[in-house]
Amino acid sequence: MHPSTWLKADDTGLYCEPGEFYIDPMNEVATALVTHGHADHARAGHNSVYASSETLAIMQTRYGEDMAIHQHAVTLGKTIEFNDVKVTFYPAGHILGSTQILIEYAGYRVVVSGDYKRRHDPTCPPFEVVPCDVLITEATFGLPVFKHPPIEHEIEKLLHSLRVFPERCHLVGAYALGKCQRVILALREAGYTKPIYLHGAQLKLCESYKQLGIDLGELIPVSEVADKKTLTGEIVIAPPSALADRWSRSLPNVRPVVASGWMQIRARAKQKNAELPLIISDHCDWPELLQTIEEVNPKEVWVTHGREDALMYQAEKMGFKARALSLVGYDEEEQGGD
Amino acid sequence: MEAFSNLLEQLYYTAGTKAKAQLIADYIANTPDPDRGWAIAAMAGTLRFDFFKRNTVKKLITEHTDPALFAMSYDYVGEVSETVAHLWPHSEPTDSLPSLTEVVETFASVSKQKVSDTLAHYLTIMTPSQRWALLKLGTRGLRIGVSARSIKQILADYGNKDIKDIETLWHAVTPPYVDMLSWLEGKADKPDIENAVTFHPVMLSHPIEDSDIDAFTKDTWQIENKYDGIRVQLVVKSNTTFDDRHNNNRAPDEDQPEKALFSRTGDDISHSFPDLLETINGNMVLDGELLVIHNVEDRYDSTEGSAKTSANNEKTLIDKSGSQVSLATQPDVDTFNALQQRLNKKKPSKALQSSAPVGLIVYDALELDGKDLTDKTLKERREQLNKWFNENTSPRLFLSETLTATSSQSLRKLHAQVCQNRAVEGLMIKRLDSKYIPGRPKGKWFKWKRDPLVVDAVMMYAQRGHGKRSSFYSDYTFGAWEDNQLLPIGKAYSGFTDEELKKLDNWVRRNAVGRFGPVREVKKELVLEVAFDAAHPSSRHKSGVALRFPRIHRIRWDKPADEADTLANVKALIEQ
Repeated sequence: MHPSTWLKADDTGLYCEPGEFYIDPMNEVATALVTHGHADHARAGHNSVYASSETLAIMQTRYGEDMAIHQHAVTLGKTIEFNDVKVTFYPAGHILGSTQILIEYAGYRVVVSGDYKRRHDPTCPPFEVVPCDVLITEATFGLPVFKHPPIEHEIEKLLHSLRVFPERCHLVGAYALGKCQRVILALREAGYTKPIYLHGAQLKLCESYKQLGIDLGELIPVSEVADKKTLTGEIVIAPPSALADRWSRSLPNVRPVVASGWMQIRARAKQKNAELPLIISDHCDWPELLQTIEEVNPKEVWVTHGREDALMYQAEKMGFKARALSLVGYDEEEQGGD
Repeated sequence: MEAFSNLLEQLYYTAGTKAKAQLIADYIANTPDPDRGWAIAAMAGTLRFDFFKRNTVKKLITEHTDPALFAMSYDYVGEVSETVAHLWPHSEPTDSLPSLTEVVETFASVSKQKVSDTLAHYLTIMTPSQRWALLKLGTRGLRIGVSARSIKQILADYGNKDIKDIETLWHAVTPPYVDMLSWLEGKADKPDIENAVTFHPVMLSHPIEDSDIDAFTKDTWQIENKYDGIRVQLVVKSNTTFDDRHNNNRAPDEDQPEKALFSRTGDDISHSFPDLLETINGNMVLDGELLVIHNVEDRYDSTEGSAKTSANNEKTLIDKSGSQVSLATQPDVDTFNALQQRLNKKKPSKALQSSAPVGLIVYDALELDGKDLTDKTLKERREQLNKWFNENTSPRLFLSETLTATSSQSLRKLHAQVCQNRAVEGLMIKRLDSKYIPGRPKGKWFKWKRDPLVVDAVMMYAQRGHGKRSSFYSDYTFGAWEDNQLLPIGKAYSGFTDEELKKLDNWVRRNAVGRFGPVREVKKELVLEVAFDAAHPSSRHKSGVALRFPRIHRIRWDKPADEADTLANVKALIEQ
């Protein structure tokens, strides 16, 4: 039976009828399989949740210990069964704990990739190519204009700016889960050993990362700095929304920096008031999306949230059958980790 | 080219006029001639030619990439130059990019057939941000958030001069401004521009506020009709001798014509209006409104009195009573719609010139008989202008009529009265003691436009915006009801705040029902109160009506779509 008859998108999320489970549902459901901890994929209040242990830990940090009644940590690569449906989680390389989900039923293999990238990320194992009949892929950066530069290059831009503007506090807007920790680690890899200062919203998740064994170096909450003037020439990381917020006014001579895949487009950087845009993304850029489709080599590609038109067009040009899969909650471009 | 590209990159992301001025001043101080002069020209918008056309760029990119992917990318990015800068598929970086001057000179001299290849070569050796700089420069689409006026101020500060000196010089000097820059650096005399036929920056008005109307007092203000044409400046030096014009130190340029008509922003639009220019003689700079005026020729034909020929072959018209006609004849002014067919015509046909003849309603003079009047008050300038009109006759020049009001109350009455006339847009109210100050000085000149017309229309389609609004659905097509069907009547992309734009964008995303390329069709549920200046009959639109300058006046989140206006309501607003 073709997957389009048993795997459907509805107002809640992607529903597998024979397995009676949702993937990344936006409303409370009986059984939820969650690919990763970003708020546009992971919600609280389900009866049963299946996810990687890291994702469960992130959900607990965000929503409390009781974020779901039954919490099942899955083992990557180990198959579990829901009625006649076999399900296996594989690494997706997006953020800590992120997974793709392979669903096998009625002779078909479907991979739901969730969000993923192909670049090196020290916080998570790399994306695994899982052969399948249907690949359900994201298309956040699904346009050929998106070619993410190496992260080292972007971090060097930040370090260079610190040297040129030592009198300014470099306030980096970065999504609290994933992006923030990736920026910190990339700074550490580039040899930046000074303390990095954090907005309150980044603290809990950085703490979770530390508990899960990831060394982020010395982190200091901005709230614990008595004399804010001493933050001159330092790096402060905050959620992007805090850049325009009253909160940032307490910082001395702020140079607004934004770390996001969207920063490649000038007008988007301008809209965020970034003086220094850093193109750092936890999603695939265009060449990586095409590389993935080629390597997975499915019979069909279903394209979800993002700029699906271009990716469908290109997939068909490459000889794959392609269709759009409209999922709730994903259209807002900047909700998730970008 | 690297330095120029770096400058643009920094300007783009730097907020604040002061910081931008600092960056530009540093660049001017540290960049040799003639590169810096070309950069100034690029930033101030005074480059004389496009290096290549936008179409050349589009053609080139579709030859080198998939056109469908380009179209989708462009729709998202919202700007051709940036889309091309990212999409260009070839990259052979070099350590020795050509200088800005080399780029300018190459495109100035390259043959038409080679433009595309030259551009392709440059794109290949440049980084994405350098490509962007080149494309913006080459199509003269540079927007760096620094006005031409600010550039002049930066130059004035750089040379420790008054901005007025730069202003007067500005339209008579040409890029790369080597003479002007060496004068600013104290290495040369000020360039001599006395007899040049050049544009003089104009004085602009502010919209009037209620408090200004309340403060109105008699005898302080000059009141005139605000005509619905285009603001122009007529510069005539046809009484100067050949030697006067050729013995100055201006940059060697093509022979300067003796007279020219400029738009408000200084574009030379003379070629479109030969019928006006051929009747003009003198030595003056006039400020006025260009309009289609039907009785320009009648002033000759209908006059039974004798037309006598003066020494300089100008006709002076005498009507039956023996007084001059030029002041007495009222111009038979047509609407802006009539003028529109004359705009942007490089060579207007004889037929068009006679069916839509243009004339000038003069309201001010910056120079008369070779004398500079900008330091005189409006009252004095007006007296000189009256005198000139008494002594000279020109069939296509009319003196702007002055109106009277004795109190703020009678001013309001007058406004209501003039707005009855569809060829008039409202009132101009100018302080009699105001000198002619280029720019928009506060409290001197006011415009009081007629109240806009409004209709309640229903949003039908939305499209993403460009530039600052890239990725936001900010261009809306709206329609009016005919029976049970909506017919599109116009498109608007202004009038809302940034906050409202976010809400509208969100509404479009949640209510999209279809897609035609970059255009999203939306549920026919949102009522937009649309304001516009006039409605005209139109055969190009299915609805049969075209709106002038439509903008979103209010968003009627509360109003059910079936209560929006009908097409018949809209058509009733078409001017007679």
